[in-house]
Amino acid sequence: MGEITLSGRTIIAALKQARIEFVVALPDATMSDHVLWPLAKDNDFKLIRVCKEDEGVSICAGLTSCRRRAALLMQYTGLLDSINAIRAIAVEFAQPICMVVGLLSKEPGVPVVRSKLFSVRIVEPILGALGVDHFCMEEDSDVALLPPAIERAYARSQPLAALVGHRVSP
Amino acid sequence: MMRRDECLKVLAKHRGDDAIVVGVYNAGFDWRRISQSPLNYYSIGAMGQGSSHALGIALAMPEHKVIVLDGDGSLLMNLGSLVTIAQAAPPNYYHFVAENGAYEANGSHPIPGRGTVSFAGHARAAGYPHAFEFDALEKFEVEIGKILALKGPVFTTLKVVPGEKAPHDFAFANSRETHRQFTDAIAEIVARRDQA
Repeated sequence: MGEITLSGRTIIAALKQARIEFVVALPDATMSDHVLWPLAKDNDFKLIRVCKEDEGVSICAGLTSCRRRAALLMQYTGLLDSINAIRAIAVEFAQPICMVVGLLSKEPGVPVVRSKLFSVRIVEPILGALGVDHFCMEEDSDVALLPPAIERAYARSQPLAALVGHRVSP
Repeated sequence: MMRRDECLKVLAKHRGDDAIVVGVYNAGFDWRRISQSPLNYYSIGAMGQGSSHALGIALAMPEHKVIVLDGDGSLLMNLGSLVTIAQAAPPNYYHFVAENGAYEANGSHPIPGRGTVSFAGHARAAGYPHAFEFDALEKFEVEIGKILALKGPVFTTLKVVPGEKAPHDFAFANSRETHRQFTDAIAEIVARRDQA
């Protein structure tokens, strides 16, 4: 079986296709080298580096309330740390907060809910309990789901979590 | 010490027609009574997040002043936002913190560091180019025009006691309809701007 590839270039192209203008981020090891660093140098995006992920939820809410598209890039631990902000701002306030969430140390090819890591395994059930639309990107073909998912989030004014299932390559 | 509602009345006189105001908890409830506008945005429901909502709005609407009416307990929950805001450095960002030293909405228990913590000091250390502190209304009245004329981000601590109590209308502040009024007003501004 060949190695699964999830390319940073493909993810960045998908964000551009979805007309994301602002990227709000904390570094995540799965996306650091091949998504966040290239984004930082790409003039098509305005990058806002934040100190904590719940700040990012609120910054995205402010931007999106003023008709500017934004994506929040973070590690799953940041998502877990931001549950109250996601609950209040994204879910109860029905805001299209679009999150791209790295699942550090998830085993490639293993469904998220079957990960050996407790902290990874609980991510999808939590998103389900919150009612947040989500899917996992494991390989390049999965990234094709990202632009329509972002469009759907904005059209329905609802949050989205696109999970990144393993370390991104160039 | 100043009354919060009196401080906000002074601020309201300088608001102008197109400033966007992000109100947080008690300051937000007071503001609603003092200065109603579709350009009021209420950050109630996830405590501590007002300064970050305001940053997103300030970046999206650079031609409008964005005034955030924060609380001391709220800011303590999101102190890192001072660093993020200073780094982003939106020139249209005006951060006011009503410092009453207490979690007023939750039984008035004291905040950690009550009487010793300096919020203006935190803002300066985070990189805000301007930070002020007022405990006398007369002085605030004299300075507020100059503060709002500065290039942001600007930080101002208002040392306050509550003043006349405004109703805590959480249903209003948290309603999607209230938020829709704000987004509709913004959409109108954006449409006018795009036509011009």
